[in-house]
Amino acid sequence: MKFKLSRVMLVLMVAVMAACSSTGDKQEGPVSIEDRGTSADGSAVSSGAAGSSSFSNYSLDDPNSPLAQRVIYFEYDSAEITMDGQDLLVHHAGFLVANPTVHVTLEGHTDERGSREYNIALGDRRALSIQRVLELNGVAPEQITVVSYGEEKSAADGNSEAAWRLNRRVELLY
Amino acid sequence: MLLLLASNPLRAALTIEITQGMEGAIPVAVVPFGWSGNTAAAPENLAAIISADLNRSGRIETLADRDLIAHPTEGDQVQFQNWRMVKVDDLVIGKVSGNADGTFNVQFELYDIIRGKQLIGSSFPTSREDLRRVAHHISDLIYEKLTGEKGAFNTQIAYVTSSGSSKNKSYTLLVADSDGYNPQTILTSNQPLMSPSWSPDGRQIAYVSFEKKLAEIYIQEVASGSRRKLAAFKGINGAPSWSPNGRQLALTLSRDGNPEIYIMDVSSGTLRRLTSSSAIDTEPVWTPDARSIIFTSDRGGAAQLYRVPVGGGKAQRLTFEGKYNAGADVSPDGRKIAMVHGNNGNYRIAVLDLDSGLLRTLTDGPLDESPSFSPNGSMIIYATRAGNREVLSAVSVDGRFRQRLSLQAGNVREPVWSPFDK
Repeated sequence: MKFKLSRVMLVLMVAVMAACSSTGDKQEGPVSIEDRGTSADGSAVSSGAAGSSSFSNYSLDDPNSPLAQRVIYFEYDSAEITMDGQDLLVHHAGFLVANPTVHVTLEGHTDERGSREYNIALGDRRALSIQRVLELNGVAPEQITVVSYGEEKSAADGNSEAAWRLNRRVELLY
Repeated sequence: MLLLLASNPLRAALTIEITQGMEGAIPVAVVPFGWSGNTAAAPENLAAIISADLNRSGRIETLADRDLIAHPTEGDQVQFQNWRMVKVDDLVIGKVSGNADGTFNVQFELYDIIRGKQLIGSSFPTSREDLRRVAHHISDLIYEKLTGEKGAFNTQIAYVTSSGSSKNKSYTLLVADSDGYNPQTILTSNQPLMSPSWSPDGRQIAYVSFEKKLAEIYIQEVASGSRRKLAAFKGINGAPSWSPNGRQLALTLSRDGNPEIYIMDVSSGTLRRLTSSSAIDTEPVWTPDARSIIFTSDRGGAAQLYRVPVGGGKAQRLTFEGKYNAGADVSPDGRKIAMVHGNNGNYRIAVLDLDSGLLRTLTDGPLDESPSFSPNGSMIIYATRAGNREVLSAVSVDGRFRQRLSLQAGNVREPVWSPFDK
């Protein structure tokens, strides 16, 4: 019985170690590629297929990259991420996994309705649900900071749904 | 950028406008006070300050200056039968004298016109700076004598303003007299400031500042401006609320991953967690008996108010009407709870009577929030909208009388009424 248990433990440990080393590979790969890119030609970033996901090829500065989209919108009193939001976050997660030294701040916001401190909590919940998706896609918790401003920093002025829908958001700030 | 200021008192930044009158107010004449001194007029018009105070209560209505039939400044000049003709129940007269040493003396009397007798006669030696305070104190004495309820004119309001474009905003935390005069900026920041809360002795204000681009709770002495950081944990540091004895703060922290209510000992910083749910728990306020905390939670699926014993235990739901009830304030007698009540897309101030269980909506705005009881429990000040601007309003607890307080420019929000002057 004792023997059996420790064998299970061993299998688990191997699995954990394998998981660690595989993410380690993913993290190291593109960084060395970028080094190569700068030393050679600059366009060499595109050769980053060395075992990591293709999402890491996107640059933060490229306005045509999905990474240029850094706002996820929400329904009223909800922290649920839409399918479009999920797709966008996969791109951001890919970039962050490929660039483990890059840090992102998730700023949660709400519309102006209701009480202010409740909105702080709601903005926090929105930012945390983004954080969860990023982490499920392999982003290290240390790369993420969460802050909620509730209704204190609106993106759009005006008290109608047109403004409110733009204010119920999480901004990804690199 | 952050500035701590003990600024010079400016004149009224908040102007007050009575937007809904009250039937059956007590009619009172306030006669301009006499003046003796080496200037043409007294530095403050005490009768005007007192008259504005009394009208703002909604319980007393003063006679317009043009309807004053005489200008007595001493009791033996009062002709009771003449004042009965203009249908006033009571009369306020007084005198201000400026002394050679720069001090002042204020004398006032309150007369019952119907019975023809003096109700109060009093005098106050004072300074130039305290003349308005003396006027508010006289208003308190008159109000208490005529209504039987303690006056709250000699109190203050703390509030937050924001101005500037969305990219370049400036936020200030201010303290003003309850009539909007003498606004003093106690903090300026280019990041949001929110949730001011008075200590029960009125000497300190706790608030949330995002000056480091994270939420932190500070407590600041109002008079000196000195402050210290009280909470800067990972995540939310919000919704500070002083215990009735001033030794503890209830607050919201999400350091364990979810917004929960904690009780912090102010001097030692020791924390005790009070709630435990996977839902949002926030906006704690103490009941005056210090036995319970009332807070907002969406544990039932949407934001509603709950009550939990301060020592911990099962939370009891208090609100059932409407899809959204949040941001509670408890009346000074502990029998009423004011809240933001969301129903049919409108957010209004409502009051729950704990004895009867009846909920009553007091305001008619689409976006009203941040209710705060006056220390005598007669009025509630709150934040509302006038067009796209954020302004303050006050409403009597029975909903019959309303007034608006607006800034000349910019937005004003999160009003909190100070405790009684001690």
